[in-house]
Amino acid sequence: MAESAAELTVQEYITHHLSFLTFGRIDDHWGFAHTPEEAAEMGFWAINVDTMGWSLFLGAGFLWFFRRVAVKASIDNPSGIQNFVEAVVEFVDNRVTEAFNYKNELIGPLCLLLLFWILLMNTMDLVPVDLLTTFGFEPLLHTVFHLENAPFKVVPTTDPNITMGMSFTVFLMIIYYSIKNKGLGGFLGELAFHPFGKWMMPFNLIIEIPTLFAKPISLGLRLFGNLYAGELLFLLIASMLGLWQLPAHFVWAAFHLLVVPLQAFVFMMLTIVYLNAAHEVPHH
Amino acid sequence: MNINATFLGQMIAMAFFLWFCSKYVWPPFVAILEERRKKIADGLEAAARAEKDLELAQARSTEQLKEAKAEAAGIIDLANKRAAQIVDEAKEQAREEGQRIIAGANAEIEQEVNRAKEALRAQVSAIAIAGAERILEGSIDQAANEEMLNKLASEL
Repeated sequence: MAESAAELTVQEYITHHLSFLTFGRIDDHWGFAHTPEEAAEMGFWAINVDTMGWSLFLGAGFLWFFRRVAVKASIDNPSGIQNFVEAVVEFVDNRVTEAFNYKNELIGPLCLLLLFWILLMNTMDLVPVDLLTTFGFEPLLHTVFHLENAPFKVVPTTDPNITMGMSFTVFLMIIYYSIKNKGLGGFLGELAFHPFGKWMMPFNLIIEIPTLFAKPISLGLRLFGNLYAGELLFLLIASMLGLWQLPAHFVWAAFHLLVVPLQAFVFMMLTIVYLNAAHEVPHH
Repeated sequence: MNINATFLGQMIAMAFFLWFCSKYVWPPFVAILEERRKKIADGLEAAARAEKDLELAQARSTEQLKEAKAEAAGIIDLANKRAAQIVDEAKEQAREEGQRIIAGANAEIEQEVNRAKEALRAQVSAIAIAGAERILEGSIDQAANEEMLNKLASEL
């Protein structure tokens, strides 16, 4: 792949790097898709092995690491790494206390998970684009599975499946807590009798139902869009600038260094705000 | 860029991670932070209490020192008085003793004088007789003379 990369056109290079390693059913047998078209033909019951794998690896890795710190934790003599984890936990806890006015044992861990998981997944964007793919996993896939020119993405948050999977999990929690706290009637009432009273119910529904779905969709697409754009720009720099890509990569990585934690933070904060709204019982 | 089962996979993964995080990662750290906060609050409270105790102890020690000083001054005063008294008493005693010694001496002197007189009185007759014997060189009626001499001696 490395030697053929030189012969690729810019468009081929970018398309290749924006494709996923998709595993699914193709022509009556299970296997990896060889082209984006094949991946599209697989339909819903296919899985992006690369982004799913990295997502699981990063999530499990950081939770395992935090758990190990928790087991060894001491009150009087905290290690440096324990201080770091405590600082993260306290930071998340403070954000939750500021923005979330109800009692819910799940919000804290949810926010810690989202913040750190997304942060790690976004950070994969700062790994040089070809390091893990063209020079790492793709030759490996070629050797093990005899896959010619297979794509391999390492940034899970550039996969809308990943970001939307997270935002719709948050969405399910919004629905669950809304119904739990307001009752089914209260939840549906909010959609039907708000903002213009019951005589304008159809109009209210037209406004409120898209508003409801806009929450998870915007949450997921914002994260995806930011990281996808960042990745795309790295790819453009890598494919078009030749040797000049080195300073250009550096400059864009410096900007991206801001985007990476900011998007994780925004996702976490919006989750808190949405779930806080799900706990709000209107007083009439 | 299709929506596929990765979407479901991510939802399941997130649900599992959330369960794990809320059960095994979040609570220990929150508990540690809470416990440490409590420990620090207790420590600060203990420090404040100790400071107050110290202040009290200092006040008490100052007071005790003052009391001790006053007591010592009293004792010294008393001792001075007592010393003066003792000196006075000693002077009085010494004077009395002196007078007694003087009186004793006087009495002894008188006694000695008397004794000397007595001895003189006893011997004067013999001296007189001897003197008279020498003068007279003759024999004199011893008995008649003695009577006369005794009369003379008693007149002495």
